[in-house]
Amino acid sequence: MTLRDKTVDETPRSWVRAVLYDATIRGWVFQGLVLLGLILFAVWVIHNTAANLRAANIPFGFDFLNMRAGFDISQKPIDYTLDSSHAQAFKVGLLNTIIVSVLGIILATIIGFVVGISRLSNNWLLARAATVYVETLRNIPLLLQLLFWYKAVLSVLPGPRQGYALPLSINLSNRGLTMPRPIAGEGFEIVMWSVPVAVALAWAMARWAKRRQAATGQSFPVFRASLGLVIGLPLGIFLALGAPLSFEIPELKGFNFAGGMVVHPELIAMLLGISLYTATFIAETVRAGILAVSAGQSEAAFSLGLRPRQTMRLIVVPQAMRVIIPPLTSQYLNLTKNSSLALAIGYPDLVAVFAGSTLNITGHAIEVIAITMAVYLALSLITAALMNWFNARVALVER
Amino acid sequence: MRSNTFKTLLLGAAFIGAGAVAASAGTLDEVKAKGFVQCGVNGAGLAGFGAPDDAGNWTGLDVDACRAVAAAVFGDPSKVKYTGLSAKERFTALQSKEIDMLARNSTNTMSRDTQLGITFTGVNYYDGQGFMVKKALGVSSAKDLNGASVCVQSGTTTELNLADYFKSNGMTFNAVVFEKQEEADAAYDAGRCDAYTTDASGLYSIRLKMTNPDDSIVLPEIISKEPLGPAVRQGDDQWESIVRWSHYAMLIAEEFGVTQANVDEMKKSENPEVQRLLGVGEGVDFGTPIGLTKDWAYNIIKGVGNYGESFERNVGEGSPLKIARGLNALWTKGGLQYAPPIR
Repeated sequence: MTLRDKTVDETPRSWVRAVLYDATIRGWVFQGLVLLGLILFAVWVIHNTAANLRAANIPFGFDFLNMRAGFDISQKPIDYTLDSSHAQAFKVGLLNTIIVSVLGIILATIIGFVVGISRLSNNWLLARAATVYVETLRNIPLLLQLLFWYKAVLSVLPGPRQGYALPLSINLSNRGLTMPRPIAGEGFEIVMWSVPVAVALAWAMARWAKRRQAATGQSFPVFRASLGLVIGLPLGIFLALGAPLSFEIPELKGFNFAGGMVVHPELIAMLLGISLYTATFIAETVRAGILAVSAGQSEAAFSLGLRPRQTMRLIVVPQAMRVIIPPLTSQYLNLTKNSSLALAIGYPDLVAVFAGSTLNITGHAIEVIAITMAVYLALSLITAALMNWFNARVALVER
Repeated sequence: MRSNTFKTLLLGAAFIGAGAVAASAGTLDEVKAKGFVQCGVNGAGLAGFGAPDDAGNWTGLDVDACRAVAAAVFGDPSKVKYTGLSAKERFTALQSKEIDMLARNSTNTMSRDTQLGITFTGVNYYDGQGFMVKKALGVSSAKDLNGASVCVQSGTTTELNLADYFKSNGMTFNAVVFEKQEEADAAYDAGRCDAYTTDASGLYSIRLKMTNPDDSIVLPEIISKEPLGPAVRQGDDQWESIVRWSHYAMLIAEEFGVTQANVDEMKKSENPEVQRLLGVGEGVDFGTPIGLTKDWAYNIIKGVGNYGESFERNVGEGSPLKIARGLNALWTKGGLQYAPPIR
């Protein structure tokens, strides 16, 4: 405590001092100043850019998005022709980025968890093999790995006429993996809609089983039952409707296969490179997460009579996930951003299509790059939001 | 690749960060002040047009365009610094003043000439787009390419011509697009594509780089007009004139038989055209009005040679490419290369 002289406090000067030294007021003032500075800086940047562009006779605007693109894209998940607009090309590029990111995340997660657990295995060979994999692949730049895989994929596979014919009209050649394209018949939407319904039912059943177990102690084979539900319900409806699905079989015409669906070698190389690389980091994250759960937890679970699988599922994994998920999110974000290296091997992702061809044909560098950056930011923020939601769901409720 | 995207970003940032300056400020004065011409050339190296030789010196037809400008400004063709650029970076590099002139086998098109803030100064090589295929396919015409996969470099007029050609002939194709020419070359070499397309001059140059050049043939069809030439920023008329007339001087020299070897002798010529070209005689000075000296063209021919010499040395019979003059012959010999008179 400091001693204060009350008479001094009542003078007008001390009132000014009180305002000057008030932490709240100071905070607001300084934050306001910083905000003002930021706004002025942004205004200056925009104004200066506009002035420089005008001086250099470069038009600025987003009208170019409606112009005819006129170039071809090798992988078209949605309708795209030579007469489509640059906006449509943008969507194709964006979807291709999302395709490679989502598939990459799934693959990297599976490989990462398997390798991470293998590193902790008591099997000497398995543990060492996992260590060698992690230490090799995470220490080589991703771009080199992508170029390696692309070269490897192309040199291992034969030309389309000598391609490996696999069952079900699937063919593997250096033009990619060609397979029949499913064509939905009448009523197939009902089958599609039954999938989310089955998932919802399975979720409700799991909740019911959990409550019943808590109340009566009786267990219920939730996993097998929900698997049966999710597969059985759509399949049953599908068969009841008379199997409304046909296939377009790819045929060798001229140089290449015509019709059917193709997984291009660029996508194969991208997935190999990006998922094997990211999986090394995920493996280390998983290993760290499991090691973070003390051995006493497992011992306690065993002494309560839980079986090893139950111990893993109910005791170790929930606690490990708490450690694993935040760094896992970063790895997912890295993978999404690293997918922009795709243009080195000719995979038509957003950077290759939009920040490549469109940028060059229209010359609107600033607009195109700004849009591209905004898209990556949005993708990352969405991924992070989803992972944070998931984290909140699985995190232990601390008391 | 990543670094290129980064570079593009940096170039873009140049517009944001740079203080507002008048774009029409004299490039010539800036070039003179720094002592060299900064010239944008083909970063991947296109043999015959712009590529470093064994000793690391840039050579080629486009490089000679840069050297000619340096000779005109400084009297010394070696006062050039080169910036290797990809197709994607080239125009941004010029717009953002990273380079003073661009000589990177770039096609003059209306949108580039009018919408990018740049101006093409002439045509130093009349080219056209062609196709290269593997002999094993048994294809003898581009019309047989229906359904083919085609390797192509992104951000080029080539990419668009390819689409137009297949569409107008009612054929389908699958474009495999690469950012860099080397990547497209390697993918074609590895059998990813049935055909490779770029300007015909480039096809001959790239074919030589294949593992087995004899396995590939260049198809006879030429599907587009590709007038390649140097470009400068819009709004600096003086600099534009210097770059334009450096090319014309080389053409006029060839037309009147002035060569690197005989240029000193030619100073004694009685031909008034040659005298005006070389700045010989009382009051004959076409250099000073564009900020140069009266012997500007003499310096170009002394340092670089005339257009015919440059052509033969880089892409013609004196080079591994052995491209015929064809459209690039002088107008007096049935070609398209034609310079207005110095008068």
